[in-house]
Amino acid sequence: MAMAWIWTGMVAVSIVCGLSTGRGAQVASAAMEGAQAAVELCISLLGVMCLWMGVMEVMRRCGLAEKLSGLLRPLLRLLYPGFRDDRGVMDAVSANFSANLLGLGNAATPLGLDAVRRMSRRSPGTACDDMCTLVVCNTASVQLIPATVAAVRGAAGSAAPFDILPAVWLASLISVTVGLTAARLLSRVWRS
Amino acid sequence: MELLFAMTMPLVMLGVAAYAMGKRVDVYSALVEGAGEGLGTMARIAPALVALLTAVYMLRASGALELAAGALAPVLRLLGIPPETAPLLLVRPVSGSAALGVGAELMETYGPDSTVGRTAAVMLGSTETTFYTIAVYFGAAGVRRTRYAVPAALCADLAGFAAASWAVRLFFP
Repeated sequence: MAMAWIWTGMVAVSIVCGLSTGRGAQVASAAMEGAQAAVELCISLLGVMCLWMGVMEVMRRCGLAEKLSGLLRPLLRLLYPGFRDDRGVMDAVSANFSANLLGLGNAATPLGLDAVRRMSRRSPGTACDDMCTLVVCNTASVQLIPATVAAVRGAAGSAAPFDILPAVWLASLISVTVGLTAARLLSRVWRS
Repeated sequence: MELLFAMTMPLVMLGVAAYAMGKRVDVYSALVEGAGEGLGTMARIAPALVALLTAVYMLRASGALELAAGALAPVLRLLGIPPETAPLLLVRPVSGSAALGVGAELMETYGPDSTVGRTAAVMLGSTETTFYTIAVYFGAAGVRRTRYAVPAALCADLAGFAAASWAVRLFFP
């Protein structure tokens, strides 16, 4: 329902604002333009998205994600101290993290949900510290290759769509670090 | 180094294909099958993009986006974030499709290789649809007392936006 309010609000604000600034006609034609631009964006992204999804499928079938998740295990034990000895939770969180890292968003979500369900058995109804950590890790994107964004840049005519990679890595790293630090600090004052 | 980044896609393709061949995976049929799923994914995003880009274009034409950007500009400048990206900051935590649409629009308007265009791209690549993710995760676990998860995740978002702006200035002076 949230999106219904937001969308209706956006349309209402633009009509009210457009009429009061005397740009009613522009708002009317923008509605048509926007709808058309959306379809054009989809078509311009389609080829790269299909190619990338194909590469993802190859990654999935050859077990690259499992391999990565094994390598990440020691790091994740430190990140989730409350469940470090729980095999099921650790399997799920490391598979979730490696799927996120490889950009396999469709695979990451069910794994993350499995992890959070297992964690919730210990404290039903209340988020424990490790659950908050999991949510922060999943709301801060940690992706090695942001293919969708690169596809959008390519469609807009960028000379080198992937030249933003180091900037994306740095920004992701800072974002996750700040999120986890904030979580650690807040967990001291926000007791369950 | 530049060439290496330009070659990202082909190199990943080759690396993954070679690894998969070593594991005796039928690379070609997996690739084609995945590409077919890509078609379905795009078809699922398209209706949301039509709805949201229509609203975003209307907002932009009405001047409301400029007003919002103007109101937020002093705070954003303080954090080193280009005020032009204000619409992206507002929709990013709520809707992934809307953020993609707004980001694409910024890249079209200012150019994908401009500072604003690059910053928008890095913001899209380094943040997630926070509220949606939180709702899905805690909904699945039946958690109602979410404690500090929302403020911590929003801290990460804000840091991501500011860091995206700094990183673009650092790598593309």
